[in-house]
Formats: sequence, structure tokens, C-alpha cells
Amino acid sequence: MITTIIFGFLALVLVVAGFGVIMARNPVHAAMFLILAFVTSAVLWLLLEAEFLAIVLVLVYVGAVMVLFLFVVMMLDVNVAVSREGFTRYAPLGAIVAGVMVLELLVVMWAVDSGLPITADLASVPSSHSNTREIGMALYGNHVVEFELAAFILLLAIVVAIMLTLRHRPGLKTQDVAAQVKVRRQDRVRIVKIPAETEP
Amino acid sequence: MYEFVHNLLGFLPEAWRSDVATLVTIVLQIVPLVVVLILCVAFLTYIERKIIGYMQNRIGPNRVGPRGWFQPFADTIKLIVKEVVIPANADRFLFLIAPLLSIVPALAAWAVIPLFPGFAIAEIDAGLLYVLALTSLAVYGVILAGWASNSKYAFLGAMRSAAQIVAYEIAMGFALVGVLMAGGSLNLGEIVARQSGGIFSWFWLPLFPLFLVYFISGVAETNRAPFDVAEGESEIVAGFHVEYSGVAFAIFFLAEYANIILIAALTSVMFFGGWESFLAGPAFAFLDGTLLEFLRWPSLGWFALKMSFFLFCFLWFRATFPRYRYDQIMRLGWKVFIPVTLVWILVEGVMVVARIGPWSA
Repeated sequence: MITTIIFGFLALVLVVAGFGVIMARNPVHAAMFLILAFVTSAVLWLLLEAEFLAIVLVLVYVGAVMVLFLFVVMMLDVNVAVSREGFTRYAPLGAIVAGVMVLELLVVMWAVDSGLPITADLASVPSSHSNTREIGMALYGNHVVEFELAAFILLLAIVVAIMLTLRHRPGLKTQDVAAQVKVRRQDRVRIVKIPAETEP
Repeated sequence: MYEFVHNLLGFLPEAWRSDVATLVTIVLQIVPLVVVLILCVAFLTYIERKIIGYMQNRIGPNRVGPRGWFQPFADTIKLIVKEVVIPANADRFLFLIAPLLSIVPALAAWAVIPLFPGFAIAEIDAGLLYVLALTSLAVYGVILAGWASNSKYAFLGAMRSAAQIVAYEIAMGFALVGVLMAGGSLNLGEIVARQSGGIFSWFWLPLFPLFLVYFISGVAETNRAPFDVAEGESEIVAGFHVEYSGVAFAIFFLAEYANIILIAALTSVMFFGGWESFLAGPAFAFLDGTLLEFLRWPSLGWFALKMSFFLFCFLWFRATFPRYRYDQIMRLGWKVFIPVTLVWILVEGVMVVARIGPWSA
């Protein structure tokens, strides 16, 4: 009972936040709505007893991705009026996509109600059961090759992204940190002893 | 405690009774913790001024109350009665919510800190991750304060702070991976329990580089000297909170010190055995049976002592080091700390396989 009320409230907040993302006139406000949406869905996952995924969602998306997003959005001077121009032209397409998604959701709900074999596997486990450990076992046990492959692809992506932006401009003055660290006092300061002036 | 509350709530209908009792128990645990924390923050500001004063050959505050002990209360009252000025064209809502966004994670993270043997407000399995997730949220207060103030100085401070916190969070996360490998669990209580048995079985010894990286990153994450470019009063006045006054400023102040206490607590939990005693090792077994035997027991006192030491380090750094140059901060974070942590995680892996140190059992 109480879970249903909490779920209803969170779902409402999530939907409002989702609308906020696309309706907000100010891009920073839109980003903040997106953060609210992420946090709310993390809490929804907590309701499903998926605490590991919930915390990771907050950690990765809210704690890292959205910080960078906000960082960029704050520096932009996005003209909202221009980006809204195409609204009427794209509205029908958007409506079709939304309709398809609603239909898919309905199909899933109907499928669950009519008893798919998959729902039997979703049996509840006692709270002493650590799903963090379970995910660790799955990732590094059964699926270790896929996991390592994904990690390798991501590493490759990082390297390539850096390669794309790396330009060697001739004549650019950069700092040589090693040289800076190596500097000693004797190189920079010369201490001279000057005899004190005496009264003639 | 739960039983006591449950009995006390006998007048409630049976259907709600256990739910309400759980709620009341949790609130009864949270309130004292938060009150004590806020008092700690108040006196940390006093002690900071005192210690830095003595380090600089001054006396520090000594007018309000005996030896100046009531100085924090005088400061609080001053800040509360002052007007909160909202700058023209500031984003009102975000301007006012920013201080709250910086204080809430600093307090909420305390839920999983094991205070004494067998007690944390929330014993959750993913405690370490929870702490990491919440501390990563603290940056929003700073960024939004800078942006919503509609002030160039505040914005510059926020940008500096965001870049710095993102950089050091990665090193911090990697250092925690090392702790996770050593502790074999994400539960902070279990991590402390794994370090039982005297000063040489604490994780600082096998994880020494990670400890250094974690603590220095902690100083950087809290925007404290020598990493306080986000405030940088000689360049950008007071950085992100330049437009804040009165209570709103007081909350930023509170959040900064609450974060410092949190970092000190986490460092002692993860590298210095939390509530474990210094004298727990077999070398001090001669204390058993004497009056001083209680010194060998794990307790909140040891935890407080370790935290105090790290808090002192924070103040010590501030009085000792000049502010880092911005590019050097970035270099230290990305090019020194991250490789150091990665290498040490590898070394740790070798130690695990070869069964050296805490993995010998």
C-alpha cells in the first residue's frame, strides 16, 4: 500500500521533471530538471531493491555526466527562440514516436499480466542477499570477456577523442614542468653581501 | 532502541505501528548526530582560528566568553540577523537552493559512517558507493551558486571548482577501489572490522600511496587551502559565494566544514581503522586485566581522536602552504594522482595473489 503511494508520487515527479527538461526555457533549468529525473529514477530503482544500480546511476549520471553537461551549458548562450522554431514541423514525428513508445509499454504490461515465463525468475530474495556481490559475480565471472571488451572499446574511444583534438601548433609556448620542478634557489636568486655604509 | 520505541507507540493501530516505530527510531538517531555535527562545525571554526592564530604568532579570538569559547555563537547570531541580499537578475530559485544542495550531501553521507562497533544509522551493503555518490553531488551547490549569482567572479569560482572537483573525484574513486580490494566489502562497518588488531593491521600501511592520494584529494574536494582557488580571495574576491550574505552564506560555511569533518571521518574509517584502538595489537597485551584495559577496546573515542588528528591536518595545511597555481592543481590531479592510484591498484592485485599483508590469512 505505502509502496504504491510512494511509487505514484515518484512517478509523478519523474513525469513532471521529464516535461520540465523539454519545456524549460533556460538550458540550465532544463539540465537541473534532468538531474531531478535521474535522482527520481534512482529512488524508483531503490524501491525495486536494486540499490547498487540506483547508487551507480546517481554516481555516474548525476555526479559526473551532468556536472560536465552543466559546465558546458552554463558557458553557452543558447538562443531558445531559434531552437523552438522547428517545433510545429517536428511535432507530428514526435507524436508518432511517443505513440509507438506508449504502445510498446502497453504490450509489455499485457505480457507481464498474462504470465511470461520470465516473471518467475524475478522472485523476491531476502534482504540479507547482496545484489552488489551478485552483480560483481556476473560481471567478472560469467561475462568477464564482454566486460573487458567494453572497457577496451571505451579506452580506445578516449584515446581517439584525445587524438582528434590534439594539434601541434608550431611556436606554441608550453610549460616544461620537469624544468620548473628542477629549478633551485641558486638558479634564480643571487645573494650578495654589500658592506654597510660607514660615516666618512 | 527500536523495541523501546515500538513499546512506547502502543496506542497506534497495529497495522502502522512497526512502520511508525522504524521511522521514529531513525529520526531519533539522526537528530543527535546532526546536532553534534553542527556543534562540531561551530567549534571547528573557533579551533581553526585559534590554531592558525598560534601558528602565526597571534592569539586568535579571545573576547567572547571564557577564552573566546562563545565566538562561534556570536558569529552565528551575527550571520542570522543579517539580510540575505539577492542580486539583481539573479536566478532566485537556484540562488536560494544552491546552499541547501551543498549542505544536504555533507550531512546525508553520515548515515553510513560506522560510529562505534556495530552501529551506523544505515547499515547498507553498498556504503562505500553511497558515500562516493553523495560526495559527488556536493559540486552542484558550488556550480549553481556561481551561475545563479549572475556575477562574473562567482561564475569564475564555480568553473574553477567544477573542473577541480571532477578531476580529483576520479583519483578519489580509484583510491577507494584499493580500499574495496583490501576490505573485501563495500560495507564501511565490515571494512573497519577487517582492520582489527592494532595500528599495523590498519590499511594505511599496505595502501599508503592510496591514503596520501585520498587525503590530498579530500582537501581538494572540499576546496580547502592549498587548493582553494574556487575562493581565491586575492583574485576573485570570494569565488562562488561572493554574492551570498547572512544565513545563505552561513549554510555554505556550514557545508564546507561539514565536508571537512566528513573527509576526516572517511579517512579514519578507511585507512586508520575507524573505531579500532591504537593499543589493540598483541604488543599491548600487558594492559589486559589492569585499569587501563579499556584503552584496548574499540570505541567512539578512538574514532573521534583519529578524526581530530585529520581535522588538525586540514588547519595545519592551511597555515603552511601557499595556494596552488591552477594549472598545477590540474596537473597534480590528472597526471600524478590518477597514475599513482592505478599503479598501486596493480601492486595491490599482486599482493592479493601473493598473499602479502592483510591478505595473508
